[in-house]
Amino acid sequence: MLLKQSGYRKDKKIIPFLFTSSMWCGGALIFLIFLGLIFELFWQGKQAFSVFGFHFITSTDWNPGEQQFSAGAALIGTLVSSCIGVVLALPLSFGCAYCLNELMPQRFSKYITATIQLLAAIPSIILGMWGFFILVPLMSQYVQPFLQNLFGNVPYIELLFSGGTYGIGILTAGLILAIMITPFITAIMQESFSNTPVMLKESAYSLGATRWEVMHQVIVPWVQKGVVGGVVLGWGRALGETMAVTFVIGNAHHASWSLFMPSNTIASLIALEFSESAVGSLKMSSLMALGAVLMVISFVVLFCSQLLLKQVLKSR
Amino acid sequence: MSFFQNKNLRVVSVLGLSFAFFAAVLPNVKAQDVVTITGVGSSFAAPLYQNWAASAVKDINIKVNYQPLGSSAGKNQIIAKTVNFGALDMPTSIEQLTQENLVQFPTAIGGVAVVVNVPGVKEGQLRLTGDIIADIYAGKITKWNDPRIVAINSGVTLPATGIAAVYRADGSGTTQVFTSYLSKESANWKKAYGSNTSIAWAVGMGGRGNGAVASMVKNIQGGIGYVEYAYALQNHLNTAQLKNVAGNFVAISEDSIKAAAKAADWIHAKNYSVDLIDTKGADSWPIVSTTYVLVHAENKTSQEVTKFFRWGFEHGDAIATQLHYIPLPVVVKEKIEKTWEYAGVAGKEAKAK
Repeated sequence: MLLKQSGYRKDKKIIPFLFTSSMWCGGALIFLIFLGLIFELFWQGKQAFSVFGFHFITSTDWNPGEQQFSAGAALIGTLVSSCIGVVLALPLSFGCAYCLNELMPQRFSKYITATIQLLAAIPSIILGMWGFFILVPLMSQYVQPFLQNLFGNVPYIELLFSGGTYGIGILTAGLILAIMITPFITAIMQESFSNTPVMLKESAYSLGATRWEVMHQVIVPWVQKGVVGGVVLGWGRALGETMAVTFVIGNAHHASWSLFMPSNTIASLIALEFSESAVGSLKMSSLMALGAVLMVISFVVLFCSQLLLKQVLKSR
Repeated sequence: MSFFQNKNLRVVSVLGLSFAFFAAVLPNVKAQDVVTITGVGSSFAAPLYQNWAASAVKDINIKVNYQPLGSSAGKNQIIAKTVNFGALDMPTSIEQLTQENLVQFPTAIGGVAVVVNVPGVKEGQLRLTGDIIADIYAGKITKWNDPRIVAINSGVTLPATGIAAVYRADGSGTTQVFTSYLSKESANWKKAYGSNTSIAWAVGMGGRGNGAVASMVKNIQGGIGYVEYAYALQNHLNTAQLKNVAGNFVAISEDSIKAAAKAADWIHAKNYSVDLIDTKGADSWPIVSTTYVLVHAENKTSQEVTKFFRWGFEHGDAIATQLHYIPLPVVVKEKIEKTWEYAGVAGKEAKAK
């Protein structure tokens, strides 16, 4: 009797112990892999950082023939193109999510939701080719001349739209990125939209609030967190996007004010140059350093958004 | 109770079917005397090697796994000994060859075409000189109706379209050949940019690989770019005429590339590093290059590599011509055979066949 009882107790201890410890291992492994990745990138990029120093970030030179590498141009290209992507995708996906949840009857909205999810599943290379063959000619023939006519005489702003209208460039890359991240942001926003308590909305309506007032004063405050989360996720994807951007950005190592000029992003630069770099060379080290810079940017973006979120939640 | 409702029977039949499938699809286990050699490098030579490989496997039992990762990758990987041969579009320096104990030999000749997309200009009509192209890529000439272009193109109406210069964004032997041509033609270019597999371009935009450059030029009004001749043909691109050393404007064609190859001094060139840019001759196309293969000297697998290329030299000329490469002159092939023997990499068995 006594034996049996102790055996039972032992059993009861071992299985939870095994379970919790394996869960701990899983969590710790993720953390270790993350640390290992960061360490590896910085370690491999050490040579580039020590040779170029701070100039690696600030300079825009890239000349493999003369062993000159820097992140400047690609850094600007990455930030600008992903910002354009987020700025364009945000209203689009907000509208999409709002329309699907609030305005559209359920029997239509479920098909459109499925379409949006399918859009998210399209491989980026397909979007890149579509961008190159469809979007680029459209941009060069209609959109870019239109923008140039519109802003051509406005001081300072004209700088953004100067140069040739070749269709390839940072603006087109931003557009492709916007199309790519819209489904992600929409999906997350939709989730938080549907989490808004119906009672709150109904009460607002019953007090005589218009649709705009309900959206503005009830739904938006409620979904703030979801919106920020969606933007961060979308931005993260835009920062690291490679193939689609390579097709339309023009791959030039220049930093310019114009959104029509070809540029480069860190991810596409790494993908382009990787196969041509010898192991242990300064070029390879520079590519690794570029990877480290990209990681830092993503980290900063994530950190800032968390900070922003905290501020927003506090003020409420 | 149907037959397939029995779970075990179902599993057995699925297993049996998949075994039958793999037995039919996978190569015969008996054919183990097929040797596989791997090569990496020049994307320019890739169609040639891949087509040669497809035909050669029946005759000589050598399977070639060729990855077109670019000339620089070809050189890097053969030095690192991760592949059996490296392929590149420019000759390697003698110091490096001796230092790494490598043997270099050419395999085919090709031309680089200057392709343009100028509205209103018909196929093969536009005339350019090396100097003008250098100034376009340096950003000094920005419109197609620039007086210097108009001056040599009487009878052609040139629009005021802006010029979009397109280059290879990845390191490439084609870029090396093209920039050496510009360096030879323009002293300013040589001083400011020089020639390399990738350089710091002043203006323009980059595409990855010959294919991307071709489709960018095709897609962008006012575009100009440089691609291997075969890519210009495949993409139906408008090629420009260039002024050669003799002062004639020539169009790119198999004949004009052949004329340039003939004019070169193959016999006296050390390690076959002939300069095929701006060769003499009234009909020579100015931007011509040889594509090379690097193997390790005194090496057993290198013998399999030379066996494969000997097959290519003996039986592959038709394939090469079909793919718009120019086969090597016979004297050069004979010289290569001697080089192989001297370096101890000549695979003997194939000769008997």
